[in-house]
Amino acid sequence: MELPLFRHNRPDRVVTFDEYREEGGFEALKKAFSGMSPDDVQQTVMDSGLRGRGGAGFATGRKWSFVPRDLPGPRWLICNCDEMEPGTYKDRVLLEHNPYSLIEGMTLACYALGVRHAFIFIRKGYEQAAANLARGIEEAKKAGLLGEHILGSEHAIELDLHLSAGRYICGEETALINALEGKRPNPRSKPPFPAVKGLWQGPTVVNNVETLANVPAIIANGAAWFKGLALNPEGAGSKLFCVSGSVKNRACVELPIGTTLGDIIDGACGGMRDGKKFKACIPGGASTQFLKPEHWTLPMDYDTVAKAGSRLGSGGVIVFDEGHCLVEATLNLINFFARESCGWCTPCREGLPYVKEILTRIENGRGEEDDITILREHVKYLNYTFCALAPGAMAPLDGLLRDFEDEVREHIVKKRCPLK
Amino acid sequence: MIPETLKTSLEARVASAITPREAAVDVMKELQTHYGWLTDEAVGEAAVLLGLSPLQVEELATFYEMIYRRPVGKKVIHVCDSISCWCADCDTIIQYLKDKLGVGLGGTTADGVFTLIPCCCMGMCGDSPAMSVGGVPYGKLTPELVDKILEAERNNG
Repeated sequence: MELPLFRHNRPDRVVTFDEYREEGGFEALKKAFSGMSPDDVQQTVMDSGLRGRGGAGFATGRKWSFVPRDLPGPRWLICNCDEMEPGTYKDRVLLEHNPYSLIEGMTLACYALGVRHAFIFIRKGYEQAAANLARGIEEAKKAGLLGEHILGSEHAIELDLHLSAGRYICGEETALINALEGKRPNPRSKPPFPAVKGLWQGPTVVNNVETLANVPAIIANGAAWFKGLALNPEGAGSKLFCVSGSVKNRACVELPIGTTLGDIIDGACGGMRDGKKFKACIPGGASTQFLKPEHWTLPMDYDTVAKAGSRLGSGGVIVFDEGHCLVEATLNLINFFARESCGWCTPCREGLPYVKEILTRIENGRGEEDDITILREHVKYLNYTFCALAPGAMAPLDGLLRDFEDEVREHIVKKRCPLK
Repeated sequence: MIPETLKTSLEARVASAITPREAAVDVMKELQTHYGWLTDEAVGEAAVLLGLSPLQVEELATFYEMIYRRPVGKKVIHVCDSISCWCADCDTIIQYLKDKLGVGLGGTTADGVFTLIPCCCMGMCGDSPAMSVGGVPYGKLTPELVDKILEAERNNG
């Protein structure tokens, strides 16, 4: 079965505008503009079961439906391409090969939502992706697929790039909105939710790159087709899994939702590196809990992974082998989150460095039995924060204490890292 | 003081923004490119262009990873120390860079060419360990490859 996201990809270069169109690109836009109302487009996305690919996995059609229909003034769509979650690099790979699915997907989303002006918020460091998008936007405009009078209609849609200057918190949707407005990118309190009051106080939808890039195929082929791409009834569509760590071929691969963890590692990535044994993995970027060897046959869809005690998240699969110390791995993750905390609220600003200090002590053989209790308390209390950064940071720590407590204790008892 | 041509182009960028401060990051980045880092003078100039106070520019400037409020070398090396690069033994690469350049993290080489800064994920986890030099990304680093990259980057301006 042909999966939608990478189907236009060339091995070593970006697909051209003409190639994309020859392969059916922008046909979904024509279909929508010639016979579907905005509500039809929204309903098709709702029926397709598409869930947000940025990490939270919220139903995209539902998110769109929260935008009030009758509020006066402009409304906005933002594509979140701030991708700074360690282990996650799918947006970069997607846009370096094909910017057009996103451009077409955003145009369709704008049509469905009644948006005239949309932004692509793109992180610093993704210059190639930004250049591809800038060129693609111009090509689409020249071809009458974007800008004024799209496909001869009365609809006008503008896409603008916003290049950021690098900060993980900008991926949080309300912080991203502040960043776009040129304010300090701290998260905003919710409610009001962005769908009602977001960018410049107008109704705003923030979607991930992969989410929006799926929309053309959904409109072109229908909701049932998209649902049918998944390997199990719980899922819908395909998913970009970006695999890193201890596998032979580290790659970003498109697979049906519901592909098992083992099939991702063994099938798509050639198995474990250097014949090492699989110890654990983080399945969805830095803010998810560990999966273990017993999860080898686990279908990777949002609900099944959640039932197994983790999250599908962004699909950033980071694989650890028997030689990796998971205390040190967790310390690395906490170090990242502590450094990237915006400092707005105290539990995150003070709590994360403290957790880092304790884990450093344990890793260096100076840990005490009480430290495990203190860490558990932090897992509990760092959930009470302004945004999801600190709770996200606590996910791997929670997983470490839940699944690898023996390894943590061994550090404390032996007064050294047992793997060094 | 910035040249008139740069001032005109920045004023045009601000005028095309939905609100002036929407252009804040672009203005700071352009000024940084001009001065090499975001100097105090640049903060003041950005404030005038954006209709903000210098303090409001400062709170933005100090927030972002890629805006430098202290002098940096001609090329900044951002070396990734996130989890995927850790799995690929980035610690060895970071130590190698420190030894080779004779600086600690945050330091600038004596000849003023390179500044070494750790960074969070660069989105190159499939090609880890990774770094960028003057904005150019490099992956699958080995000490030998680091030598070649530094030499090439040193020689091409």
